[in-house]
Amino acid sequence: MRSPDANPVGLSAVTASALAVRAQGVSLTFETSDGEVEALSGVDLDVAAGDFVSFIGPSGCGKTTLLRVIADLEQPTAGTILINGVTPETARLQRHYGYVFQAPALYPWRTIERNVALPLEIMGLDAATRRERIAHYLKLVNLSGFERKYPWQLSGGMQQRASIARALSFEPALLLMDEPFGALDEIVRDHLNEQLLRLWNQTEKTVVFVTHSIPEAVFLSTKIVVMSPRPGRIIDIIACEFPRDRTLEFRETPEFIKIAQRVRAGLRSGHSYDE
Amino acid sequence: MTNSTYSEARPAAIRWHPTVVRYAPVVVIVLALIVIWYVAAVLMNMNIVRDAFERNETPYTTEELIAGTLSAERPLLPAPHQIVETFVDDVFGWPVTSPRSLVYHSWVTLSATFVGFLMGTAIGIFLAVLIVHVQSLHKSLLPWIICSQMVPILAVAPIVIVVLGSIGLRGLLPKALISAYLCFFPVTIGVVKGLNSPDPIQRDLMHTWSATPAQIFWKLRWPSSLPFLFTSLKVSITISLIGAIVAELPTGAQAGIGARLLAGSYYGQTVQIWAALVAASLLAVGLIGLVSLIERWVGQHMGARP
Repeated sequence: MRSPDANPVGLSAVTASALAVRAQGVSLTFETSDGEVEALSGVDLDVAAGDFVSFIGPSGCGKTTLLRVIADLEQPTAGTILINGVTPETARLQRHYGYVFQAPALYPWRTIERNVALPLEIMGLDAATRRERIAHYLKLVNLSGFERKYPWQLSGGMQQRASIARALSFEPALLLMDEPFGALDEIVRDHLNEQLLRLWNQTEKTVVFVTHSIPEAVFLSTKIVVMSPRPGRIIDIIACEFPRDRTLEFRETPEFIKIAQRVRAGLRSGHSYDE
Repeated sequence: MTNSTYSEARPAAIRWHPTVVRYAPVVVIVLALIVIWYVAAVLMNMNIVRDAFERNETPYTTEELIAGTLSAERPLLPAPHQIVETFVDDVFGWPVTSPRSLVYHSWVTLSATFVGFLMGTAIGIFLAVLIVHVQSLHKSLLPWIICSQMVPILAVAPIVIVVLGSIGLRGLLPKALISAYLCFFPVTIGVVKGLNSPDPIQRDLMHTWSATPAQIFWKLRWPSSLPFLFTSLKVSITISLIGAIVAELPTGAQAGIGARLLAGSYYGQTVQIWAALVAASLLAVGLIGLVSLIERWVGQHMGARP
């Protein structure tokens, strides 16, 4: 896979067979004014390195919470979770993952290139490497030529692409994405899905992707994790092993529709359509 | 036929020049105020002028009476042209180092304002940073800061001036201290709000990158707080001017706009008081303009929308 010297912070190269994420009996209970809410209950999950895994489910099923647990943004109340063989905190400190949020959350006072440079500045990379990474990753998300623009001068889709370039800029092995295209219209979304797939194919990263769109999940994933609310839990894990170089036409094939039906059936059995 | 009737009924709308459209309302209001001012000056000064005529047993006409109300030496309300005359004479009629020059007095007040403003801003930002970063200070410090602003400054200023004077501190510094005392408050409140303004996602991002508290401060909190800071600075710079003027009153200071106001009221020189007030308001306008200019410059370098 990637050579160790390509990595700025010197974490060891992850072999293809290694597990990017291993969760065992992970539970998380929030204390709220209305009492306890079980956001996650007994979650077991293995994500192999190089996989594209989607979490799908209705709101409240804990898909975002699970992603935040992986990112060390939430602490599980029970169970163990390992990212590339280490705890989420160590993984965060060693910069194993890049996180893309629902909103681009670019800093409005920084140009696009300086937004992409922000994590690199924080991690202490030198100016020459920063320039090189900015050029490389802006090109990868098709934003070359927009380096000096401020976020407000870009469309929503372009802003989200810039935020993906920012997450990739420090070359993490794992990309965590929390409904990154949820706020965009369907045409832009289709286009970005294709680009993301191509990008994943090129970089061979592990992607964990949260969505509530069945077509999006089936189109992108090698593995679909169907989740259900109250308590947040996994009810089905569906392998989706198709060639990596999928096109939008793939969504009209019988294989695609078969998997989509199974996801829908899973959601229905979890009473996700009840309300 | 129908055509002409139509155009008579609805004459073509007059297209005013954009400059006219922009400034006409302002000019109209100013003219109206000047008219009201003249009327008020005539009415308010009437008795003084009539008494003067009657004391000297000179016969007078209504025209003479009205002319007298607008040129009295110590009127209750000076007419605008008297104020302008005195103002122009005080500003341009004397060398700027002369104690009779309004430029000299303005500079004395302005220098105390600047020093006070800089101290107040520094204190304000420092307190805000403390309050945001030390959780216990948020609860313990803020009430005291609010209390500090409830003390009537007119009562405290003489005490401060006298106490500082007795330990040998005179002139600019005591005035600047009072000015700083008044103007740090809006800065603290604004900057606390500004430092807390980044949304949760922006903070989570910093967390995922394992940024240090110093990095979070300089790369996220501080830039986010600047719009709030400038809003506060526009308020605090005028307050610091008022603070400097108030601080000049109790000393019976020899110099400064405050001293000028005080001397004017001692000797009933109402025109002089008004001229000093005009100077003070022009200074305030200039100071706000200066802050706005810096704000715009900073905005340009931080990608603000034009």
